[in-house]
Amino acid sequence: MGLFILRRLGVMLLTALCLTFIVFWLTNLYPNLEKLAKTQGNFRMSDEAVASYLDKNGYLEPLPVKFGQWLGVLPGWVKEVDGTETGKCFNAGTPVEARPTFCGVLQGDWGSSTVFKADVGGIVAERLGLTGKLMFFVMLLMVPMALLIGVLAGMREGSRLDRSLSTLSIASTATPEYVSGVIFIAVFASSAGWKIFNGSATSAMEDATFVNFTLPVVTIALYGMGYIARMTRASMTEVMTAQYIRTARLKGVSFGNIVLKHALRNALIAPFTVIMLQFPWLLNGVVIVETLFNYKGFGWVLVQAAGNNDIELLLAVSVVSVIVVLATQLISDIGYVYLNPRIRIS
Amino acid sequence: MEPLTWGEIFVRVVLQLTPVWIALVVIFALSITFKRRLGLYGKLFDSTVGMIGFGLVMFWVFAGILGGPLDMIVTHDPLSQISGMKNKPPGTALLSPDEGQYEYFLLGGDNLARDVFSRVIKGAWIVVQIAPMATLFAFMVGITLGLPAGYYGGRLDTVLSFLANLILAFPVILLFYLLVTPEIVLTGIPNYMALFLFVFPLVFATILLNSRYHTQPKVRTPLLIAVIGLLGWLYLSLVSTNGAVVATPDYRIVGLPTFVDLFDIDPGILVVFVSVVFVNSPTVFRIVRGLAMDIKTRDYVAAAQTRGEGPWYIMLWEILPNARGPLIVDFCLRIGYTTILLGTLGFFGLGLASESPDWGTTINSGRQLLRAFVHPAVVPAVALLTMVLGLNLLADGLREESLRD
Repeated sequence: MGLFILRRLGVMLLTALCLTFIVFWLTNLYPNLEKLAKTQGNFRMSDEAVASYLDKNGYLEPLPVKFGQWLGVLPGWVKEVDGTETGKCFNAGTPVEARPTFCGVLQGDWGSSTVFKADVGGIVAERLGLTGKLMFFVMLLMVPMALLIGVLAGMREGSRLDRSLSTLSIASTATPEYVSGVIFIAVFASSAGWKIFNGSATSAMEDATFVNFTLPVVTIALYGMGYIARMTRASMTEVMTAQYIRTARLKGVSFGNIVLKHALRNALIAPFTVIMLQFPWLLNGVVIVETLFNYKGFGWVLVQAAGNNDIELLLAVSVVSVIVVLATQLISDIGYVYLNPRIRIS
Repeated sequence: MEPLTWGEIFVRVVLQLTPVWIALVVIFALSITFKRRLGLYGKLFDSTVGMIGFGLVMFWVFAGILGGPLDMIVTHDPLSQISGMKNKPPGTALLSPDEGQYEYFLLGGDNLARDVFSRVIKGAWIVVQIAPMATLFAFMVGITLGLPAGYYGGRLDTVLSFLANLILAFPVILLFYLLVTPEIVLTGIPNYMALFLFVFPLVFATILLNSRYHTQPKVRTPLLIAVIGLLGWLYLSLVSTNGAVVATPDYRIVGLPTFVDLFDIDPGILVVFVSVVFVNSPTVFRIVRGLAMDIKTRDYVAAAQTRGEGPWYIMLWEILPNARGPLIVDFCLRIGYTTILLGTLGFFGLGLASESPDWGTTINSGRQLLRAFVHPAVVPAVALLTMVLGLNLLADGLREESLRD
C-alpha cells in the first residue's frame, strides 16, 4: 500500500511538472508575450518597444531557463538598465545583501501577478478560500440529494418512482451550468420572473445569505447531482438483486430495514469514488458560475489570468487545479480499497 | 400593429416549423414501419425514452439542415439589424415592414436588434455540423490509439495512458483559454494539431482495409489506392487554407494548391474544432482501451490468434465489432457533451466570432442584460438544453435496448 501511494505520488509530480511546462510554453509564445507587453504598457507600442520591455523584464530568455527560474532551480535573472540593477527576485530598492539568488516555487515564491499587481500566493489563497465556501455549500446540497435520489430510484428497479427520478437525473446531467444558471436568473432574479433571489453573488463574498448565495450553489450542484444519482442508482439496483438481500427478504425482514441496514452500506461504495472524481468537474462549473454570478473566487481568477496572459498567476492556478485533480484521484483509489475489503492492491 | 399574444406566438412558431414537422413524421413513419429490419436502430422504436430522445435530436437536426443551408424556416436574416427592435419582447411587430418581410419578431429581438428566432435556427446548423464531426474525429483518434494500447499493453500502454491522463488532468476551461485565442492562432499551433489529429481517419481506414484484404492483393491494391486517394484529398483540403498548411507571419508550409482545395475552414472554427477533438480524444481512448483489455481474453480472439491472423486484423475485425454497443451509446452521450463544450467556448467568447449565431455565443451576449431582458439568452439556453437532453435520452434508450439481448 505504501509503495502504491509512493508510486502514485511520483506519477503525480511528473504530471504536474509536465502540465506546468505546457502552460509555461503556451503562455510564453511570442504573440502572447507581445499581448502581455501591450496590456502592461500601451496598445500602440512599436515592435521595438515591445521587445525592449520584454527584454527588460526577463521574458526573452530561453524557455527552459525561464522555467528553471520559475521552479527555483536556476538563479533568477538580473539585468542592469541605466545603471540600476533589477532582477526577478528583487526590486531596485532592495539592499544588495538582502537579494536572494533563487526565487521560485521551491523557495515558496510564486511570483507576482501582472493583472492584480500583487503577490500570486496571496491572491490564490484568498480566492481559494472564497471558492472553498462555495464548494462547501455545493457539497452540502449535492451529495445528500444525489444519494437520496439514487437510493430511492434504485431500491425498486423499474417502478414508476425509479423511472421519473431517473429521467430527472438525466435531465440534470443534460443541463450545463451556463444554461441552468441563465434559466434560474431569468425565473428567480429578473424583472420578467419572480425577484426572490439575487442574480449577482458579489455581495456573498463577504456575507453569504440565502438570497444572494442560493442560485450559484444550486446551479453548480444541479449539474453534478444527476451523475452521482445515476451511479448510486446503478450500484443500488445491483445490490438489491444480490443473494443476501433475497435471503433477508425470505427471512421476513421488512423492506425498510433491508434498504437501510443491509443494502445501503454496500451500495454507497461506488458513489464514493464518483463523488471524489466529481471534484475536477466541479472546478469547471465553478469557473462558469463565478463568471455568470460575478463571484470573485478561484474560477474568476482563472478567467482573469487567462484572458490577460498573466503568466505567473496562471501557472499557480494550473498547479492548484492539477493538484486538486490528481489528489482526488488518489483519495478515491485509497478510499475504495478501505471501503471495499475485496479489492487489494498488489 | 398590435404585438402578438403568447398563444398567437406559439401557433406562428409551430407553423413556421412546418417543414421540420413533416420531416419528423416521415422519418418516424418509415422507421416504425420497417423497425424489424433496421437492427439496433429499429429497436430504438420499442422504447418510449429512446423515441422521445430521437425525436428531440432529429428536431434540431432537421431545423439545422432545413433552416441553415436550405434557408427555409428562418423569418429574418440572423445577422442584419432592424431598427426599433432592440431588446423587444417576443411577438413584437416590425415598425415599418418592407414588402414580403415577415411582420413580427416571433421570439423577440436581441441587444443588437436581431431576430432571436432566426438566430436560434441558424445556430442549430452550426452545432449540428460541428458536434457530430468533432465527436467522430475524437473517436477515430481514440480507437486508433486505444486498441493497440489495450491489446498490446506494456510500455506502449504506459506511455499512451500517461499522455491521456495528462490531458485529462487539465481543467477544460484552462485548456480552452490557452488554446483558443487569436494569439495562438497566429503561432500556427492549431494547424499543427489539425495536421496530427485529422490524419487519424485516414490511418484508421487504411489499416482497417489493409488488415482485411492484404491476403487478396487484387482487391486490396485498387481499393487502397482509391480510399487513400479520396481521403487524402479530403485531408489535405481540410488542413490547407490558401495553398498553405501552416501560415504564420514568419514562415509558411506549402499545402494543397488553391485550385484543387475543396474547401477552406475559417481559422476561428478550426481552432474550436481542433480543441474540442483534443479534449474528447483521451476519454474515448480510455474507454476503447478498457474494452479492448476486456475483450482480448475472449475465446474468439484466441481462435483468431491460433488461425494466425495479424494483430491489427484481430483488433479491428474481432475486438472492435464486439465493442460496438458501449461505443455507440458513448458516441451519443459524447455528441451531447461536445455540444456543451461548444456552448462553454461560446459562453466565454472564445473562438467563434461574436456575431456568430451559435447558442453559446448567443447566451454569452444575452447574459449581460439578463436581469432586464430575459428572452435573448433563455431561448438559446432552452434550445441547447433540449438538444443535449435528447441525446442523453437517446443514449439511454440505446443502452436499454442493446442490453436486452
